[in-house]
Amino acid sequence: MAADYDLVIIGAGPGGLTAGLYAGRAMMKVLVLEKLVPGGQIIVTDWIENYPGFPDGISGFDLGEKMKNHMLNFGAVIESAEVKSVDFSGQEKKIKLTDKTITAKSVILAPGAAPRPLNIGEEKFIGKGVSFCATCDAPFFKGKTIVAVGGGDTAVQEALYLTKFAEKVYLVHRRDELRATKILQERAFANDKIEFVWDSVVTGMDGLFNVENVTIENVKTKETKKLAANGCFIWIGILPNTKFLDNSVELDEAGFIVADSNDMATTCEGVFAVGDARVTLLRQVSTAVGDGAIAAISAEHYIENI
Amino acid sequence: MTGIIELDDDNFDEEVLKAELPVMVDFWAPWCGPCKAIGPTVEALEKTYGEKMNFVKVNVDENPVVPSKYGIQAIPTLILFKGGEVVDKITGMVAKEKLEESIKKII
Ligand SMILES: Cc1cc2nc3c(=O)[nH]c(=O)nc-3n(C[C@H](O)[C@H](O)[C@H](O)COP(=O)(O)OP(=O)(O)OC[C@H]3O[C@@H](n4cnc5c(N)ncnc54)[C@H](O)[C@@H]3O)c2cc1C
Repeated sequence: MAADYDLVIIGAGPGGLTAGLYAGRAMMKVLVLEKLVPGGQIIVTDWIENYPGFPDGISGFDLGEKMKNHMLNFGAVIESAEVKSVDFSGQEKKIKLTDKTITAKSVILAPGAAPRPLNIGEEKFIGKGVSFCATCDAPFFKGKTIVAVGGGDTAVQEALYLTKFAEKVYLVHRRDELRATKILQERAFANDKIEFVWDSVVTGMDGLFNVENVTIENVKTKETKKLAANGCFIWIGILPNTKFLDNSVELDEAGFIVADSNDMATTCEGVFAVGDARVTLLRQVSTAVGDGAIAAISAEHYIENI
Repeated sequence: MTGIIELDDDNFDEEVLKAELPVMVDFWAPWCGPCKAIGPTVEALEKTYGEKMNFVKVNVDENPVVPSKYGIQAIPTLILFKGGEVVDKITGMVAKEKLEESIKKII
């Protein structure tokens, strides 16, 4: 078999970069494909305070750069390209890009996830008040009012960041309590710039050029009201980046990749999955990193035995 | 090929609106991780297309006038100018291929 690579890794977030580091150290011939920029989702967060080894916290961009450089030290190569589709039907795996097809003995899927949109027509306000990235856009809202949507770790952590700039932040959550970890909840409750809007969802927004009002509906009383706001930051969960996989490996109803948590093996032999894109209890940098290490070793074992 | 030039509120009109070649303007700020992250992509585009168009960047922290004139409320934002007119505006992190598509339409 004369595959181009021993291993191709799809996605250069924390999971893919760790898999690349381990595979590089194992002297495998490795290519990492990344459609946007190396680092993955962490790039959009200003501060990571729960990744071990950085007791004072670290910016997402810096952590991504460190992980990328660390991997490059061990010989794995990154190419800037989007995987359009895959063909895993033969023993030699085919990975299709816009202009060429790459072959590999084994594949690690590390495509991560993207923010889930509200789907209420907010697209037309992206860059005009609607954002998914506080570290990019919060400074444009100095002294302004923002509606932040969501109740998990990401929403609460990023809403806290918004208060550094905004005059007021409404945190709109569809339940009557937060899902976020306790320490974040405590900080949010103690922050007098944050006003909680419970049991509510965003149903619309309007404005001449930029966002001026955000409409919310109380899910219990069905009452709607307009909040005057200049921005709407959305953190209501994630969607896995797995469309390009089609039916090549088993996905769950939501599109997450089904993989064995012992060895990261998918339903297709020689193909492994890591990080946010797989069915898993927790989606964090630390878990993606752990998955990546295991998947690289699994791929190495698989190749030795074919 | 001249590399990516850093512009400011004072020389923007001269270098962008009055430029003979199309121009890609990268609006960025030092506090914006994604802006730093797409830097290498824009540099790579400049290496490929730098003969046919100019690549410049504007720091939104130091230059309030130009970003507000173009309604910048999110970064990274890349604006393509041709003959002094805005022909395309791309906000957020996008794939290199998408940027190339936009570039090919105007050169
Ligand atoms: C705002 C925010 C704050 C967060 N804060 C924290 C925190 O404080 N602590 C923490 O532990 N976690 C945090 N997370 C979660 C953390 O970012 C993720 O768990 C982690 O990035 C998952 O890593 P990954 O490698 O699985 O996927 P990702 O980081 O999503 O990386 C996947 C990569 O694959 C690329 N890709 C996708 N499809 C393709 C394709 N077809 N072809 C080529 N490339 C492709 C993507 O462009 C992306 O770069 C946060 C997330 C967000 C959004």
